[in-house]
Amino acid sequence: MKSTIVGSLMAAGLLISQASMAADPIKVGVLHSLSGTMAISETTLKDTMLMLVEQQNAKGGLLGRELEAVVVDPASDWPLFAEKARELIEVEKVDAVFGAWTSVSRKSVLPVFEELDSILFYPVQYEGEESSKNVFYTGAAPNQQAIPAVDYLKDDIGVERWVLAGTDYVYPRTTNKILEAYLKDNGVAEEDILINYTPFGHSDWQSIVSSIKKFGSEGKKTAVVSTINGDANVPFYKELGNQNVSAEDIPVVAFSVGEEELSGIDTAPLVGHLAAWNYFMSVDTPENDEFINTWQKFIGSDERVSNDPMEAHYIGFNMWVQAVEKAGTTEPAAVQDALIGVTVPNLTGGTSEMLANHHITKPVLIGEIQDDGQFDVVWETEDLVPGDAWSDFLPDSKDIISDWTAPVSCGNYNKVTEQCSGQNY
Amino acid sequence: MKVLAGLLCSLLWSFVGPSLAAEQGDLIDTLSEELRNRKTVEQAIDKIAESESERRALWLEAILEGNLYVRKSDKKAVFAVKEGSGFSLTAASDDASLGTVGKREVSKVKINNALRGKLRTALAQLALTNPDPQKRLAAVEQMLGDLDDDKADAIRQLEKDEPDADVKSLMGLAGSIYQLTVGAKEQKLAVIDSLGINTRPIVVQRLEMLALSDDAEVAASASNMLKKIRSRISLFEKVETLLFGLSLGSVLAMAAIGLAITFGVMGVINMAHGEMIMIGAYCTWFLQHMLPGFIEYSLIVAIPLAFSLTFIVGMVIEFFVIRHLYGRPLETLLATFGISLLLQQTVRTLVSPQNVPVSNPSWLTGQLQIDPALSIAVNRLVIFVFCLLVFAVLMWLLKKTFFGLKVRAVSQNRQMARAMGAQSSRIDAMTFGLGAGIAGVAGVALSQLTNVGPNMGQAYIVDSFMVVVFGGVGNLWGTLLAGLSLGIVNKFLEPWVGAVVAKIVVLVFIILFIQRYPRGLFPQRGRAAGN
Repeated sequence: MKSTIVGSLMAAGLLISQASMAADPIKVGVLHSLSGTMAISETTLKDTMLMLVEQQNAKGGLLGRELEAVVVDPASDWPLFAEKARELIEVEKVDAVFGAWTSVSRKSVLPVFEELDSILFYPVQYEGEESSKNVFYTGAAPNQQAIPAVDYLKDDIGVERWVLAGTDYVYPRTTNKILEAYLKDNGVAEEDILINYTPFGHSDWQSIVSSIKKFGSEGKKTAVVSTINGDANVPFYKELGNQNVSAEDIPVVAFSVGEEELSGIDTAPLVGHLAAWNYFMSVDTPENDEFINTWQKFIGSDERVSNDPMEAHYIGFNMWVQAVEKAGTTEPAAVQDALIGVTVPNLTGGTSEMLANHHITKPVLIGEIQDDGQFDVVWETEDLVPGDAWSDFLPDSKDIISDWTAPVSCGNYNKVTEQCSGQNY
Repeated sequence: MKVLAGLLCSLLWSFVGPSLAAEQGDLIDTLSEELRNRKTVEQAIDKIAESESERRALWLEAILEGNLYVRKSDKKAVFAVKEGSGFSLTAASDDASLGTVGKREVSKVKINNALRGKLRTALAQLALTNPDPQKRLAAVEQMLGDLDDDKADAIRQLEKDEPDADVKSLMGLAGSIYQLTVGAKEQKLAVIDSLGINTRPIVVQRLEMLALSDDAEVAASASNMLKKIRSRISLFEKVETLLFGLSLGSVLAMAAIGLAITFGVMGVINMAHGEMIMIGAYCTWFLQHMLPGFIEYSLIVAIPLAFSLTFIVGMVIEFFVIRHLYGRPLETLLATFGISLLLQQTVRTLVSPQNVPVSNPSWLTGQLQIDPALSIAVNRLVIFVFCLLVFAVLMWLLKKTFFGLKVRAVSQNRQMARAMGAQSSRIDAMTFGLGAGIAGVAGVALSQLTNVGPNMGQAYIVDSFMVVVFGGVGNLWGTLLAGLSLGIVNKFLEPWVGAVVAKIVVLVFIILFIQRYPRGLFPQRGRAAGN
């Protein structure tokens, strides 16, 4: 079925492309840091976008026009993200932008996209509590990653005590607030939850691991839910190994550790620890095999790994392509409407849909780290989980929904008072 | 391929002879289907553990280590060792070699954490009679937590003939712990007394349960003992915090010593100091990457390599940049900051923007256990000793050698030193190189504790300046003591206010301290202090 669609698309594309390839190319902006601290994660996403654009052009482009990726480097500098976004939209006249990684960079570009009414695809798991008319969130919302992971630990592993460890910034703070409320709703006592924040790039974990060990040695099964960001993870896991805390005693489930992060470290001390994502490179589907082969061929190395945010861009890009074809134009306003309801196959064997709240449906997978740096899926949701912009577990946001279709057309709509807050996100 | 495998199989068959293989190997091969399926793998493991096969320990261990695979073509269970992009196989049933195959032709027997625990317990029971006392010790340790009648009996039987004293006493402890749960009142009381102040978590847990028991006498005795144990544990916690502090302090001092020379002795504000640390760490990675078979020795070789490389880089920087900027601190700061960015981006371009993996040699892993509630990680200890060693060598170099004499002379009074025949420009280059070289050596040590990536230097530059300024510019002893004391203060604050606030408190403290004592802990005295 899929191949026939692709085949006919290609044929159609070829016909049109010969006729009108001379028309101006459609420009797509890529807003990922290529230098600075976030380069480690974001460079890969830039390459993914280049690959997707190249693939689409090989299929004959879009609406008979060639696609062109415009790459800029916001250099891990949050205000520069806003400047570069403006440059992409106003100077380069791109029709959609794929980019940003950290929540603070997303918050920084948000006003620009709303002012210029353009489109941003944001590919990383995030804390939720946001839904902008101009942003399409292809990463996981908390109910697509954190909540199912906690459910797994609670129901399948029998965890009773919880350490919520995170880096001190907006994503871990909000996620932990949601998790704390959720755990308390489920009857976990205050003294069975330990919350701990550390600075960015924290490298001396001795006392924290020691306190986790103590917290976990009091008889009840304990797990760590980690929102520790990026670089700080390696010394954290090393210290766990140093102090003989094994995954069997106190498993750590991480929301920011993926294949890419593991490719930079010696994974021996990590085996058995967990991660929750919507995609793992080890998932065995034909779509994933093809994606990995293309990726490794594109990047010229069969050592390179794929990861969850890459899949998010894959889904987001294909959704945008389909919406443009549906709308018959690349005009952002029309594409925004056309995007809602679009469905595309994801890489884990399902079909993801763009919902009215600008989030997508995704499966949730829990994987155990293996000694080769890959994840082995130990649990997954039966169906795709629809992304929820506003958490149902926080008192402030449980009555709020987001719906960008008429008649609501609001990202922050209170079901009880039936009012839109007026703020755009 | 299938034909070939079949051929190989039949060939081997004829060598090994059907009788031997049939006796022992049957079981694992008949279970291969169950092992491959996530839902039935647990039953299969139970069957193996309960079987009487001589090879069951081997199989269970292979499953635990992730070496047991099933060959897809004939459902044969095999041990697989990675070889190139494929695997080299031996039959799980009889160790017969089955040649190499591609990685898609075998599938791994996959387990999760729950099964890992189960396997370890099963293996522990088998290992109780292992000839190696270390293995027996680990086995009893593993079983302490979940004893039942059978296991307690088995341990009691073995205890009588146990030759090794450590194992014997641990087996005795296991018996006592079991008595705490099932014994009669008198037994419980006797055991509580005989255990004494034992800080093992499992003992504490059992006593906590007893402290809530209905029998008032037992409860009183248990809670009494608990109180004593808790006070011992809290003492150990303080000792542990002190050790953590010394370890963090040694890392800070290690990172700062190089800067104490370039900034402290020479007065050059060297923003590229962190990148020297990074280059040193990359040397370790490079060695491990080039010689993957010699991980054990990589650090020993990396130390001189990192020193020489960063020494040269330091001299080059001095020769081309810093030399022309002496006496202009602001320009030096900007220029070295530029060099730092340049070096970072060079590594990003040449190697990769990703962090690189540096493994720990086996002699640097593990713990020294002093008490169940107090242990020291070996790598932390080694780095602490190494820091003192580097410091001692540096002190010797500066105080006892002719080179050191000239360095001190130039740094104290350049004009006078030149008048006395010291070649100040050469000395400057050598001194800067020395500072950079020490930073490179620090990088080798730090690669064992933290990430090695293009940004790693950034994490240390601020801390290093902090330590040097706090200790008193120009004073190496000050740097060492400042590093250690800041480490200790940080670690005592951390459990109390959290890591983020602890860091802020330390910085605020230093700001206030510098206001009061602008020259740091150990100010330079004498003529050099004047400028």
